[in-house]
Amino acid sequence: MHDPTHDLMDDGARLAAADRSARVRHADRAARFVADAGQTDWHDAVLWRIRGKRDAAAGRVEGWERLRALASEIKEHTLSRLDEYLAAFEEAATANGAQVHWAADADAHNRIVRDLLRARGVRRVVKSKSMLTEECGLNPYLEARGFKVVDTDLGERIVQLREEPPSHLVAPAIHVRKEEIAALFHEKLGTPADADDPRLLAAAMREDLRARFLAADAAITGVNFAVASTGALVLVTNEGNADLGAHLAPAHIACMGIEKLIPKPEHLGVFLRLLARSATGQPLSVYTSYFRRPAPGRELHVVLVDNGRSRRLAQPDFRAALKCIRCGACLNTCPVYRRSGGHSYGATPSGPIGAILAPGMDMKRYASLPFASSLCGSCSDVCPVKIDIHAQLHRWRQVAAREGYVSWPKRWGMRVAGWIVRSPRRYRLAGRLVRGWLRHAPRRLRYGPWNAWGRQRELPRAPDRSFGEWYAAERGKK
Amino acid sequence: MKVGLFAPCYIDQFYPQAAVATLELLERLGCDVAYPRGQTCCGQPMANAGCAAAAEAAHRHIAACFEEFDYVVGPSGSCVLHLREYVEGAPSARYYELCQFLVEVLQVERLDAAFPCRVGLHASCHGLRGLRLARASERQEPPFDYVACLLDMVDGVERVPLDRPDECCGFGGMFAVEEEAVSVRMGADRLADHLRQNVEVITGTDMSCLMHLEGLIRRRNLPLRVVHVAEILNGSGEARNA
Repeated sequence: MHDPTHDLMDDGARLAAADRSARVRHADRAARFVADAGQTDWHDAVLWRIRGKRDAAAGRVEGWERLRALASEIKEHTLSRLDEYLAAFEEAATANGAQVHWAADADAHNRIVRDLLRARGVRRVVKSKSMLTEECGLNPYLEARGFKVVDTDLGERIVQLREEPPSHLVAPAIHVRKEEIAALFHEKLGTPADADDPRLLAAAMREDLRARFLAADAAITGVNFAVASTGALVLVTNEGNADLGAHLAPAHIACMGIEKLIPKPEHLGVFLRLLARSATGQPLSVYTSYFRRPAPGRELHVVLVDNGRSRRLAQPDFRAALKCIRCGACLNTCPVYRRSGGHSYGATPSGPIGAILAPGMDMKRYASLPFASSLCGSCSDVCPVKIDIHAQLHRWRQVAAREGYVSWPKRWGMRVAGWIVRSPRRYRLAGRLVRGWLRHAPRRLRYGPWNAWGRQRELPRAPDRSFGEWYAAERGKK
Repeated sequence: MKVGLFAPCYIDQFYPQAAVATLELLERLGCDVAYPRGQTCCGQPMANAGCAAAAEAAHRHIAACFEEFDYVVGPSGSCVLHLREYVEGAPSARYYELCQFLVEVLQVERLDAAFPCRVGLHASCHGLRGLRLARASERQEPPFDYVACLLDMVDGVERVPLDRPDECCGFGGMFAVEEEAVSVRMGADRLADHLRQNVEVITGTDMSCLMHLEGLIRRRNLPLRVVHVAEILNGSGEARNA
């Protein structure tokens, strides 16, 4: 049957897709964020505090660095035999009474979920804890087809009501200030106009969501770990919405990337010790939920999503990114992320991990992300599974240049620089010219509009003699 | 011990006093130091811009310049890290950042220098997390810090603790101009930390970070100055008078 709202909504989806295909210019977006100094102060301070809590929590675990190494090795091993573990998981999960679905890409994932919902006459869906569905654009897809989708985690719900993507892996609304939330809830939930007490706001949201939970016909959740040997799913949350949704609704659809597998239940001991401590500094999240089999009369579906993951698995330079357990520690520690905000990346996830994942999905759109880093390396040192994030950023830069996504003046400039420094004579001449220019050119010229360095910084004072010239004069026997 | 002095291009051209201090310090500590005059640039700017191929000739050239030396020592953690990653072939390390060389190879225990000043140490990222010159704050292991250790051997240095002991200053090579807004903000935040502690002199292993911070200091007329750690460890006159 033809649904007239369908085509109308598809226009919206097409527009959104067009926006998604535009190039993300991180520097421009970041400059807009930084221009609000107050917001930058606050964003930086909030995230740095989380980094501090993480440091304290990690410091209380004896052998933290060994634990990281172990987690990394378990993930490396799992990835090296992912095909076997996936097959084992499917077998075990099916034996438990779950139904396993395979999705090659985001589109297939969305279609599978849609078909599951349609076949069960579902109209209202509650969702919790899934960055994968963000990656796949599930919400707009389902909404365009008439489903009512409600994100139930507080932060996720806030960004859903604001009609924007999450800005942080585990704190999706970290960029939103209390006053803005008060105004939003006043408009959407009818809280008093001047009420900005967090407890009151959270209570109002809980009230609103309870009714939605009770009315839902299906619950969609993400997955933190899937255990290959037992077919069990593990979810960690702080609000308990995944449990509420999954236990109330007749059908639970769990969506996961194929890299979420771990071989055995005992490996959870390694990852659960790392995950919450890295994410928020908690020893453990408030809820650690195990889903193994559907309750009598209920359904449990697991959608296994590839969406570029097996392609990445075949790239030795970039496969380690698949070890990611989505803790967000690299975002909290990143000095650039803290000062540019999650939306400056135009990708989910954002931050350093996003900057090495996104170019593999769409280089044209995300070519600027590997350059949105000073390569300080804090991300790699904080990562609980030891992903070499900063080294991957460096390698993505090489790919971006090779594929023509680095501007020609820059590529040309680098080639010229390479040609100059190949020859000591050319190098010395260039040095003398630059120093002479710095010393004698009028300030107006030195600080022209082309000089991005000099917009807010002085250029170095050039000495009369280079070190090489000094050495020749003072030690010049040779 | 035959030591080749590696003077990174921007130090050679803009901050020769850091290279002079490195040379004098190594000589005073008994090394036979030579400066191969043909050296140019390590190639890092090209590689970091995504154009590693444009740097290959630079890598070959540098390798040839330093072939004959037991050790190659330079006053820059960042350039040395680049050389270790791109040029160093042998399993045993030959390329050293100055402070790393003083601690690991020369095992220096005392220095003849004085620098009566409140000093803030900027832990440059590539030295910190690439060469492991100190324990990075992310890592849960016993603390150590080569540069701090050496500074503490200098008479009169009052080393001042910072709120964020190893946050990036935002230089990052081309990052400083491509992401100008964030880079400047990162630098300003670092300077604010030093100012809160009443630091007089910011020092560090990498003049590139210090050049970025100095650019901000001079534009904003802040009561701070930057001095490369080699000058302090050497007791260079320039360090005191600059």
